[in-house]
Amino acid sequence: MGTLLQVDGLTVALPTRSGYHKAVDDLSFAVEAGEAMGIAGESGSGKTMTALALFGLLPPGARVTGSIRLDGTELLGLTSKQLRAIRGRQIAMVSQDPSTSLHPILPIGTQLTEHMRHHLGVTKAEAMTRAAELLRTVRIPDPEQALRSYAGQFSGGMRQRIAIAVALAAEPRLLVADEPTTALDVTVQAGILRLLDRLCRERGMAVIVITHDLGVMSATARRLYVMYAGRLAEAGPTSELLARPRHPYTRGLLDALPHPEAGGAPLVPIGGSPPSLGRVPDGCPFHPRCRYAQPSCATDRPEPRPVADTHLLACPPDPLRAAP
Amino acid sequence: MSGPVLQLAGVAVDYGRRGQRVRALDGVDLAVARGEIVGLVGESGCGKSTLARAAVGLEPLAAGTVTFEGRDVTPLGRRRRPPYLRGLQMVFQDPYESLNPRRTVGELVADGVVLGGGSRKEGQRRAAELLERVGLPTTAADSYPHEFSGGQRQRVAIARTLAAGPSCLIADEPISALDASAQAQIANLLSELVDDADLGLVLVSHDLSVVRQVADRVAVMYLGRIVEIGDTETVWGSPRHPYTEALVAAIPRADGAGVLPVDLPGDVPDPANPPAGCRFHPRCPIAQDSCRELDQRLVPVAGREIACHIRSGSAAPAGPDDPPSG
Repeated sequence: MGTLLQVDGLTVALPTRSGYHKAVDDLSFAVEAGEAMGIAGESGSGKTMTALALFGLLPPGARVTGSIRLDGTELLGLTSKQLRAIRGRQIAMVSQDPSTSLHPILPIGTQLTEHMRHHLGVTKAEAMTRAAELLRTVRIPDPEQALRSYAGQFSGGMRQRIAIAVALAAEPRLLVADEPTTALDVTVQAGILRLLDRLCRERGMAVIVITHDLGVMSATARRLYVMYAGRLAEAGPTSELLARPRHPYTRGLLDALPHPEAGGAPLVPIGGSPPSLGRVPDGCPFHPRCRYAQPSCATDRPEPRPVADTHLLACPPDPLRAAP
Repeated sequence: MSGPVLQLAGVAVDYGRRGQRVRALDGVDLAVARGEIVGLVGESGCGKSTLARAAVGLEPLAAGTVTFEGRDVTPLGRRRRPPYLRGLQMVFQDPYESLNPRRTVGELVADGVVLGGGSRKEGQRRAAELLERVGLPTTAADSYPHEFSGGQRQRVAIARTLAAGPSCLIADEPISALDASAQAQIANLLSELVDDADLGLVLVSHDLSVVRQVADRVAVMYLGRIVEIGDTETVWGSPRHPYTEALVAAIPRADGAGVLPVDLPGDVPDPANPPAGCRFHPRCPIAQDSCRELDQRLVPVAGREIACHIRSGSAAPAGPDDPPSG
């Protein structure tokens, strides 16, 4: 399997009243075909902007530099017509809120077949048959009836499964799932995570899961990129990052989680909150909240460096090197 | 104070839907003591928010009673809310919608004091204290809600409920709209407040991990009923009701082991047409024929109460026929 998506030095600057500010700052990553990888971070970390940049759907006025190559084709600089041929067909997106991503007054069947007819050139009847199959794949009971129904007639979990079916309609090679289960119950979440895992394995589809929930990451992504304030903090195999985090921010995210095994010990929140756009501190953006911060952290910008074969770390002091 | 601060007995709530009666809450008993956090968990549609709303008098009851400090919680009507209910306060899910955007944070918090008969000046003084108590700078009083992050806004909303000098708080998903690190901060704040001010707290959340972390007792709800209730450690550590087991198994663990959480197939059934017998039986992995007929009641088993006759052994063949747990 080769590299499906190669992102190099992606930088997204958004216009604000006080000028342009970087929401994504020099981010590089790659996705192999059929691979499930994850991008983690809190709100404002730039993870959603990264996803939107892949689709050419950034807010008006945004400046993008760097390179996004899908199968060797540079996506940055494509016309909107060229992008339309790629969106849905090559890459598709599932967003957090299925009640906004589905059209409220178009039948589910129309929304499912639109992509197929546009991208795959199949007949309406053929598309409807495929749509019913897709709904069965995402485990919607009574698919034929569902095709004639509207988004509002389904529960949140079912709507998200339908939204995934819509995203899968044109058989994309890469699915970007932005907080796909954040609004859902754990039981429904478990179903969606298993579904994504199955689609990955059965269809050879690559998935980028974007979430702040490290539990979800642990269950779905084989490789993990942790972002903070638009930059890469740490990247590596999920199992390694979660078992032995090297970046103090990754450590902090894990400590803030309730641990099923830890009983009623109080949670250890990371002090302060993430910086807002345009107020990103100099040096390491995390240093004001970091309990290991050294004077150099306030001035020197940390660059991601390999600390092991597949492990990147943007924290030169590396205070957690020897930690268990 | 002895006895529970808030008591629900046989509470039922009906919603009308297209001329049809839907029982959203069906005969729920729950007692909350001061200094105690009771977590309420379950999938959406299980009635946990309805229970929270009924507990503060935002829903008319179809049956049963809610008493706060020994007095009836009367549903909100056209009349002014009786002053003795001021000690019973609610924290809402969305701090973006529950705060008036046109008033300063100081004014918003001071309202609670003014409503209690205090002067505006006294309110402002108290507001400064409370904002500090919830971890905001005192200068926050002159700012507007939009100037704060979600977590800070939820702090403002909590300070506002504290201004009324409550003895019991009902928090409906108070942290689910917040960022990961803000979630931990607010969860810790709520648990400190309960300890310091000896409050009773009902914490409604679909995030089981947080409930586990802060709640003393937990009540698991399914389709309008409580199916398991007991000490958090007991219920979580060794769930007995098959539904609780499914919930616990569905939580993905951030241990990097790459284990997929266990799926519970199916959706919560339509409350307008609840299944006969045990309401969980269509999704239950250990359901037997008798589950379709026997209505379940909470019975004490192994230090907690569950509504499952198979696991409690009250009507099932005992011993070796017990299905393996987990």
